Amino acid sequence: MGLALDGRLLARALADPASVATLDSAGWQALLTMARAELLSATLAHRLDGIAKPAAAQRFLDDAKASCAQGRLVALWEVEMARRALGDLGVPVVLLKGSAFIAAGLAAGQGRFVGDLDILVPRAELDRVEAALLGAGWEWVKPDPYDDAYYRRWMHELPPLIHRVRDRMIDVHHTILPPTARPTPDADALIADSIALPNGLHMLNSDDMICHAAAHLFADGDLSGGMRNLWDIHRLVDDFGIAGLAERARRHGLAPAVRRALRLSHALYDTQLRDGWARSGSDDDLYLRRLTARDGWGRQTRPVTRLGFYVRSHWLRMPPLMLARHLWTKWRKQAG
Amino acid sequence: MRHVFSVAIGPVGFRLGSDWRGPVAALERLYASYPGPQDGIADFTVRLFADRPWRRIFRPKVMIGGDFVLPEAAPLSLEHGLLAAEMAMNLQMALGQRRYLLLHASAVERNGKALVMTGLSGAGKSTLAALLMTRGWRLMGDEFALLDPATGLIHAFPRLISLKNEAIGVMQGAAPDGMFGPLLADTPKGAIRHLVPDERSVAAMLEPARPALILFPTFGHDAATREVAPSEVFVRLTQASTNYVALAERGFTALTRLVAETPARAIDYPDTESAIAQVEALWASL
Repeated sequence: MGLALDGRLLARALADPASVATLDSAGWQALLTMARAELLSATLAHRLDGIAKPAAAQRFLDDAKASCAQGRLVALWEVEMARRALGDLGVPVVLLKGSAFIAAGLAAGQGRFVGDLDILVPRAELDRVEAALLGAGWEWVKPDPYDDAYYRRWMHELPPLIHRVRDRMIDVHHTILPPTARPTPDADALIADSIALPNGLHMLNSDDMICHAAAHLFADGDLSGGMRNLWDIHRLVDDFGIAGLAERARRHGLAPAVRRALRLSHALYDTQLRDGWARSGSDDDLYLRRLTARDGWGRQTRPVTRLGFYVRSHWLRMPPLMLARHLWTKWRKQAG
Repeated sequence: MRHVFSVAIGPVGFRLGSDWRGPVAALERLYASYPGPQDGIADFTVRLFADRPWRRIFRPKVMIGGDFVLPEAAPLSLEHGLLAAEMAMNLQMALGQRRYLLLHASAVERNGKALVMTGLSGAGKSTLAALLMTRGWRLMGDEFALLDPATGLIHAFPRLISLKNEAIGVMQGAAPDGMFGPLLADTPKGAIRHLVPDERSVAAMLEPARPALILFPTFGHDAATREVAPSEVFVRLTQASTNYVALAERGFTALTRLVAETPARAIDYPDTESAIAQVEALWASL
């Protein structure tokens, strides 16, 4: 196949659908298995619409599409349930990530897997939002007092809530990064400059959506699911451009994360950028190694690289002493 | 992966990778008459692997992985590697199948019409299906019946027949020329031995059939037959399906159609001979 067998196989098929013409059956098998493991199989299915492919691959992708269409329906219903629970509070409710993409009909939502419902509300309104959700059938997932206290004190979201009948989770954010992380995004501006949807809910404006995706990837997480997050960014940039992005990212303290996201999105998916953005950073190769650490059997590879990014994610999230205390508490609980 | 095996079971293709030769050798022997996945592209990938490198050699423990996994699945011993492979493939169907409504049921076919048998574990649906196979019926599957929402037809999934405990002796008597797998003693489900579906069942595995009778067998009582109300059939089949909820409206439409168009009976049976006679009598009365 002439291509290293890692996530770049999937990236190439997404960025350049015609490239699948060179795949043999082993190549198709690896591509489809990887796409499923990265939760990108329905996205791939939409990208490969109208491209000639073996019947078995077509069937596989048709199944992925049908499954995704059902997931989309469920996610939209969950959005509607949240609207009914919170609509009368007079509080701006901003949809985040996948739910926003599909509610607004963005290209980034095409084939997008949506798990939990993520919303952003003003911090001052958290108590009222929480009470309204509890009153409408959502319940706490984590009854553990340490975890609960940890979330409330140190996280950018409430402890996750799950609906007792529909079994779906909602994450209620008051900003997009933990308060313990170094960058401090301007949460008031995120809400003030959000865009109203026809149903009365809001979504972030396009620059903030990209900032959020980049923050999630590089200032918070360990890059698991990174190919999916970068694909979101790729589609958002494609749809909305990046004219005001640099200034907006600076305002949130996310300029380095956003620059890195665009460079990597360019490297993986050939995202079209203006001069200056695409200049590669010194450790981009390491990030690409982590992002594409997946083999044709769907397994994660490169354990040392992944461990490095896992440690890094905690390092970014909290100061050293706090990290030590947190890991100590978690370890003792596990041992006990 | 070190050792690879691919197979098509009915309309579904599987690829299995293993850290050990043993399970693959067993699968190659038992599935020898089956074709490979269409276009060489499998619908599901499963992996049998050692969670630590030394566990491949020293007191080997077989972990089950694949496209779809259950958290905290217990590992099996290497002697039970064939069982691990079968469990891993079943798991992909149970968790990942979206094309067909999956019914936890056995199915046999005669004259283009399917008899679907479902019930609690131990009701004898596997054994009855295997016995009927030895008496002129085509075996469509002993574990899953695949209902196609687009057509209302049942598709076959004739994997190896999984015989447990007493059923092993029953089938060794009923199918003396049958091809059996190794006896797997002391598995989590007791003794297990696999029986390869007969040549005809494998050759016809891509032919679907119109469902003609749904049967709920129960072993251990005097012979009796009763009608089952559509409402009860519907509820029991939703419970017997692993992907009914995931298929949503497609699943509901397919299942209501099945229940509306297909007669259903429950039978109690004291022994397998009575059960066969009851089935034949019911089938003749349709």
